[in-house]
Amino acid sequence: MTKIGLEIHCQLTKLESKLFCSCKANYREFEANHNICPVCMGLPGSLPRLNQKAVESATSIALALTCDTPEKIAFFRKNYFYPDLPKNFQITQLNVYGDMSVGGEGYVSVEDKKIKIRRIQLEEDPGRIIYEGASERTKITLVDYNRAGTPLVEIVTDPDFESPRQVRVFLNILSDLLENLGVAEPGLEGAMRADGNVSIEGGNKVEIKNIGSFHDLEKALHFEITRQQSLFERDIEIAQETRHWDDRRKITVSSRSKEEDQDYRYFLENDIPWVTIDQSTRDRLKENMPESISSKKERYIEKFDIAPQVADIIASDRYYSKLFENAYSDDNAKDIANLITTDVIGFIDTKEKQQNSKITSKHLSDLIDAINSKTITRNSAKVALQEIMKSGKDTKFVLDEMDLGQVSDSSEIDTIISQIFEEEKQAVIDAKERPETVNFLVGKVMQKTKGKADPVKTLELIKSKLNQ
Amino acid sequence: MNLNTSILKYIEDVKSGTFTVEEFTAETLQRIKDVDSDVHAYLSLNDSALNDAKLIDQKISSGEKIGQCYGFPISIKDNICITGTKTTCASKILENFIAPYTATVINRLQDEDAVITGKTNLDEFAMGLTTEFSAFGPTKNPWNLDYVPGGSSGGSAASVAANECLASLGSDTGGSVRNPASFCSVVGLKPTYGLISRYGLISYANSIEQIGPMTKTVKDSAFLLNIIAGQDANDDTTIDNDNVNYLENIEDGIEGKKIGIIKEMTTSEGLSSEVSTATKDAIGDFESLGASCEEVTLPTIPYTVAAYYTITSTEAGSNLARYDNIRYGYELESEGYEYNSYISKSRAKFGPEVTRRIILGGFVPSAGHAGKYFLKALKVKSKLISEINKAFEKFDYLISPTAPVQPFKFGEKIDDPVTLMLLDYNTVTANLTGKPAISVPYRVINGLPIGMQIMANSLNEKSLFQSAYALESKTNLPEVPL
Repeated sequence: MTKIGLEIHCQLTKLESKLFCSCKANYREFEANHNICPVCMGLPGSLPRLNQKAVESATSIALALTCDTPEKIAFFRKNYFYPDLPKNFQITQLNVYGDMSVGGEGYVSVEDKKIKIRRIQLEEDPGRIIYEGASERTKITLVDYNRAGTPLVEIVTDPDFESPRQVRVFLNILSDLLENLGVAEPGLEGAMRADGNVSIEGGNKVEIKNIGSFHDLEKALHFEITRQQSLFERDIEIAQETRHWDDRRKITVSSRSKEEDQDYRYFLENDIPWVTIDQSTRDRLKENMPESISSKKERYIEKFDIAPQVADIIASDRYYSKLFENAYSDDNAKDIANLITTDVIGFIDTKEKQQNSKITSKHLSDLIDAINSKTITRNSAKVALQEIMKSGKDTKFVLDEMDLGQVSDSSEIDTIISQIFEEEKQAVIDAKERPETVNFLVGKVMQKTKGKADPVKTLELIKSKLNQ
Repeated sequence: MNLNTSILKYIEDVKSGTFTVEEFTAETLQRIKDVDSDVHAYLSLNDSALNDAKLIDQKISSGEKIGQCYGFPISIKDNICITGTKTTCASKILENFIAPYTATVINRLQDEDAVITGKTNLDEFAMGLTTEFSAFGPTKNPWNLDYVPGGSSGGSAASVAANECLASLGSDTGGSVRNPASFCSVVGLKPTYGLISRYGLISYANSIEQIGPMTKTVKDSAFLLNIIAGQDANDDTTIDNDNVNYLENIEDGIEGKKIGIIKEMTTSEGLSSEVSTATKDAIGDFESLGASCEEVTLPTIPYTVAAYYTITSTEAGSNLARYDNIRYGYELESEGYEYNSYISKSRAKFGPEVTRRIILGGFVPSAGHAGKYFLKALKVKSKLISEINKAFEKFDYLISPTAPVQPFKFGEKIDDPVTLMLLDYNTVTANLTGKPAISVPYRVINGLPIGMQIMANSLNEKSLFQSAYALESKTNLPEVPL
């Protein structure tokens, strides 16, 4: 039996400032070492000033993950020497004498399984080490402290996962949840990272670190499970150790450093007094919390009879659900949802495209109105969408400009059908013999009318012409 | 011009035109020139002091709004940061560190037009009781240059005692303001934890230390506290003091007050007979002032020094970890080193006492040892807090001599760290409990000073000053023979 546990780090990039100073939490836009101050550089005599908003964001995450949230939280120092750590200790949290971090036990439902969250803690991100130089001999190490002090939430799970696939599903749910909460942007490079630990058949636990992306995590877990299984089959004991993911060779490698033996000498960070998070604060945070993805999904299914897969896609993504929420009325909700999942998603499938797209909820409701009133065809709507996405122009204007109005006048369609019957003689014979091939002729009419012909009417007319 | 004057008298004289700020500053700088080669109170001087004084004179003559300090000269312990000046902590490791920002206390002093004379000597990173652990040579006691001035704020105490300034700011982690105040016959206050911002004070043991004023008189101490106390957005541990005026009613006396004489601190083995006699005299004085004195026992006190060194070493080990010479520090070529070998080479610049405490600080909180040492020390601390809180239910003040002995000669105790540590016996309690404590000059016997310590309950500095002022008024001390 395979057991996998996770340690996920997520930056609270939606915050204005770092965890203990007023430097920017969004350090990415700065030149190296230009988003620093005496506090995040740990200069002699500087003191941390706790960003209360970070405590609230982290508490929101804990509440959203159904974790216990203690009345009072404390910070600890984790002492170790590393060049990216300006103070040579990290201010973090610890649950040693009961719950003292922002979140205690909670769970996330993944398919039919409950994954237990062990704890959630708020801590500071270290700086970044950059290695440069072509060869071993010319290698130099650079440190950029812009990231140092960025608010980071660590989420630790129990070893409840049985497969890398389950891990992937969980991480998708978690990153959707964090984004939906409006506290993080998991899509940003390096904003969300995960380490895993793996054991099989009740053997020793192996931790895997240095994993760049969720995609790599899945690969690393697969590799590690296979490695452990092959040892197990040959009766070789699996050593309890930390291994690093080698991105180049796509394997895990035993770490030379004895990280597991390191003694961090944790003790209370006395420069930050205990923080009280009282019931009224928690109530306020809960109240201000956006609707959860699961409750949104349920609402879509129950209230609008939207298909579960469609509801899931829209509820899980902040961009799609916002489009949907602002577009629907009681009559057209299902149509709007289908338009999003069949057509919008095809054009706008990345965060970048979401950012650049000019489509508004009004466009969607206008398009559905046009389809339902038979002003345009479904196909024309798709063509119009593509244009609207780029220009953002008014729907009616685009429909007129592109001449997308539906042709439902029978005589007009009839004329076109006669032309097609002339051009596609063989197809007409086929269609007479095998009625299921009639769609070819319908397609030809659509082609000729650039999708504007009313498809239902077209089919009717073709059928009656074939029977003549 | 008499440099042996109080801040309050100085302000009167400047206001009445007896002398200008520039004149007094020039005279003070001359005094530093004359005596500091012997005393070695200062590590560096403020080059613009005279210019700062002139500007304040201009403000006065032009009728501009003038700060409360009227340009009185003040020295600053060299572990407090001032923009653009060297802040060395008397350590080779920060020998060339120039602070890019200013401590809150300094901003408050400068906003009120104080003139900073320079930065004063200390035991390296404030760890010591004699200034003998300064990497730049010890400070001498102005009362007798063969004797230690106490520490770690020995430079600050000596600068005030030798009339090289009118006041100084020190820092007190386990007695570092009060001990040298006692040894040099000046007033030294360790306020309630959180009363004064530590922003810009280079941390040694941040959970218990405070900046404290060192002055010639109790009233000057209250005056300075008025300026530097209070909440600071840059230090989350600061507390609101409701803008108390510590000078107000300072002469109200202590009639009817209850004083507890701490048994463990007045009967300890290490107490000298001179200090013991002086303590008895002080008790007599308090009674003659109308207070009632009674012995009180705090049974945890014998464990406090051990707990103090355990806690401070743990915090020091962590606070001093940042000195790896990577972001700032001294010249040391990194070529050819990997990280660990580079930092062990660069950190070898720490002096012996700092090294000792860093090593201790790596051990006592470590896995497998924390239960026996660090966590036990925290228990001592919380037990002591409940004992002292109980005592303050009954008493207004708790008294003892500040140090168990008078100043001693250089080299006498430096090779015996444990004996040196016991000098803290009477002072660490105020730090471990966060209570305010003041050392008041009380006697000069055989040419060497003795100070008395008064402790009060948290945030009761105003009452503390009243008792200190009352005791001070009972004394008649000689002038420093320098």
